[in-house]
Amino acid sequence: MLAAIEPTTTWYLLLGAVLFGLGSVGLLVRRNPLVMFMSIELMLNAVNISFVALAVRFGDISGQTAVFFVMVVAAAEVVVGLGIIVSIMRRRPGATADDLAELKG
Amino acid sequence: MELLVFVAASAMVLGGALGVILMRNPVHSALGLVLTLFGVAVHFVALEAHFLAAVQVIVYAGAIVVLFLFVIMLLGVDSAEDLKVDGLTIQRPLAAIIGIGTVAIVAVAVLRTRSTIAAGPALEASGDSNIRLLSRNLFSDQVLAFEITSVLLIVAVAGTVLLTRKQSGPSGARKGS
Repeated sequence: MLAAIEPTTTWYLLLGAVLFGLGSVGLLVRRNPLVMFMSIELMLNAVNISFVALAVRFGDISGQTAVFFVMVVAAAEVVVGLGIIVSIMRRRPGATADDLAELKG
Repeated sequence: MELLVFVAASAMVLGGALGVILMRNPVHSALGLVLTLFGVAVHFVALEAHFLAAVQVIVYAGAIVVLFLFVIMLLGVDSAEDLKVDGLTIQRPLAAIIGIGTVAIVAVAVLRTRSTIAAGPALEASGDSNIRLLSRNLFSDQVLAFEITSVLLIVAVAGTVLLTRKQSGPSGARKGS
């Protein structure tokens, strides 16, 4: 009985929605800049799941190419973001997101 | 069998995500992120996106999380954050409302279009392997974006070197702001 049920594309899209919601809650609640960054990675992965599920459903490989580019841009984004965090933390150890108002006009 | 794989991988993904946002120690959050990324890789394998599964493990779990751990250990910010302290009292409920609202909106949209997705054109069974299809698409239709990606990576690396350079460099080094 259970073996007859196969996960459909809708299941993957719902999983992506829940993962995106968890990532957005983490981004809003946590104040450690590193953990906020990890939450952004969660949201990017949620979108990747949706992309791949729809690409496989419609037999279009372009969706998987889009996921490839998302991964590359995420890697570049993490490198630059962590560089900024390192240079901020070097000046103000233990800074949280609430303290980072130096650039405020 | 597919159901079992889906449930197990989804448990990995959601459990890891909860670990990221609930763990007080950033190192534990990074380990939760690894669990989530491996779960996503399992989903990719189940969807027969083999190349992306490999890239997911190598780039995300192998490079990005290691970079996170490097920075955590380099800065010594592995001290636990006190989750009890709340900057804005309204922040937690507001974040919960926004998160639940986002999930509800997307879930309603997905469920409403369920019949459209199910009724779409059938998956064309191609004889080529996944990586062959992907590379053909990447180097023909998307080749301009692929080349621009190399510029992006160079700019990111150079910018990071500039950002994290020590301010008091050797003589003649330009003082950054």
